[in-house]
Amino acid sequence: MKRLTLILAAGVVALFLVALTLGPADIGFAESLQALVGGDAGPLTLVMREIRLPRALLAVIIGGSLGLAGAAMQGYLRNPLAEPGLIGISGSAALGAVISIQTGLAASFVLALPFAALAGAVVGVVLIMVLAGPRGSSLTLILAGIAISALAAALTSLVLNLSPNPFAANEIVFWMMGSLADRSLTHVWIALPFMLAGWLMLLSLGRGLDALTLGEDAAGALGISLSRTRLILIFGTAALVGSATAVAGAIGFVGLVVPHILRPLVGARPSRLLPASALGGANMVLAADIAVRLILPDKDLKLGVVTALVGAPLFLHLIYKTRRHLA
Amino acid sequence: MFVRLSKRKTLAVALAFAGAAAQAEAPGRVVSMNLCTDQLAMLLAAPGQLLSVSHLATDPRGSAMAEQAAGYPVNHGLAEEIYLMQPDLVIAGTFSSRATVDMLRRLDIPVTVVDPAYSLEDVRDRLSQIGGALGQDDAAARMIDDFDTRLAGLRAVSGKRPRAALYYANGYTSGDRTLAGQILLAAGFENAAVEAGYASGGLLPLEVLATLDPDAVITGRRYPGASRSEEIMDHPVVQSLREGRGAGAITDRDWVCGTPFVLRAIEDLGRLRADMLDG
Repeated sequence: MKRLTLILAAGVVALFLVALTLGPADIGFAESLQALVGGDAGPLTLVMREIRLPRALLAVIIGGSLGLAGAAMQGYLRNPLAEPGLIGISGSAALGAVISIQTGLAASFVLALPFAALAGAVVGVVLIMVLAGPRGSSLTLILAGIAISALAAALTSLVLNLSPNPFAANEIVFWMMGSLADRSLTHVWIALPFMLAGWLMLLSLGRGLDALTLGEDAAGALGISLSRTRLILIFGTAALVGSATAVAGAIGFVGLVVPHILRPLVGARPSRLLPASALGGANMVLAADIAVRLILPDKDLKLGVVTALVGAPLFLHLIYKTRRHLA
Repeated sequence: MFVRLSKRKTLAVALAFAGAAAQAEAPGRVVSMNLCTDQLAMLLAAPGQLLSVSHLATDPRGSAMAEQAAGYPVNHGLAEEIYLMQPDLVIAGTFSSRATVDMLRRLDIPVTVVDPAYSLEDVRDRLSQIGGALGQDDAAARMIDDFDTRLAGLRAVSGKRPRAALYYANGYTSGDRTLAGQILLAAGFENAAVEAGYASGGLLPLEVLATLDPDAVITGRRYPGASRSEEIMDHPVVQSLREGRGAGAITDRDWVCGTPFVLRAIEDLGRLRADMLDG
């Protein structure tokens, strides 16, 4: 377990350095790190501190949040298909963010945008919980997720198409697929408070989720309050997915792929899977964001395209494996 | 006295005939369905000759002649509404809907398709093309002469050429092979994006803009309502590049189309340059 943590942490550090030294501006490895740490008022420092550093930082905290949120949802619902993006939570968060931008609420105070996305995410999580609670089957979960995703996507498109701004309608792609291009440190600061709260909440669920693997009655006998666990899960997931979506759009499949790969390595224990998935998610989003810059350096290829290319086949594989339970 | 009067009458009759002959050649019911051809047609058409302009022509954000356009019925570039106006000439742009243009041609309505202007030279060509289509060659020739004279006056600037970058929503830029790039050059600037290989424009990464470190960043005018696409103008990098360097310079409705109004854009930009060189 310790070794796994070390390997994952080393991966984050290595990918973080690669992300920092990769970009359309032609700057050498040593030169770029020097401009970042030493720094003067020149354009190189500007590029490193205001463009690349926020981008790499966002990849780490967003990836960590999505990985953790996926592991927690799956632990609580005891269903490996429960991924915030797939079951409409990211989509609901995007809808909240879009409404706040288009109504002007987002411009009224700094944290209005993540708050609105969080509110959207809460609605999404609660809907999923009501429709496919702990005793719901995989089929109910996926069907409810499809319905919520479709509704959120349709409403997001509607709001953007109604906007008087000619650019708004083209931003549907961003909200559906997500991107980290041209973000600034401001975005790090507005997401971070919500993410810190979300990390604390979900990581505290480890023991409860471990107990839940034995069934709800056994968990109750072990002194785990189900309603309290559910409440923390709802708000923790909403805080993480909401803030991530508010600054980077909906990035799918991270919470599906990462816990799936790591689960056998931690003995399938949720309390261990949670921190490992957070580190794993940071690795995956950093790698995906490096990939979009390598594949199409001059175009803003969306992050969700890469994560879906990796995640969707795995999702199909999971459905195939669990098809007997689905039927 | 009598004889002179009779001579005058003869002359008047002859002129009337000549006028009728010209009228037969010139279309009398013209509909324009493109923002740029709208403005050129409004500048050149005889009173009553132009029936309708596109709805975009009445929008002051993109149209330099929104006030004049308000006096015309508008169309939305749809074949049905245009056909019902019974035009004898439709002027469309290259990027007007192909389906609409084809449909109108099938209905036996002559359609003149006008390319967008990519340079100041193109502005002269478009003036004479639309002047020809409207049977207003003389008016077009006068306007071209006037354009040449004013442009020559504006171009006669000397001294240092500051490096400017055009930066629009989503990080798009315009290079030298665009009308906006030509306006920039005519006003006495160098286009910084061209140094980085963006001669025809395109998506200029924020990092590249920062390393170019231009003397001025000229951004697009903001549209109402909010969008993420325009948020890039608020990025700390763009803000710090604009600080004290021709801040507030924007491309507006005079930049959109290849009409003589580009001269106004060049004049405005020339004032910015003078301010920068003084400061």
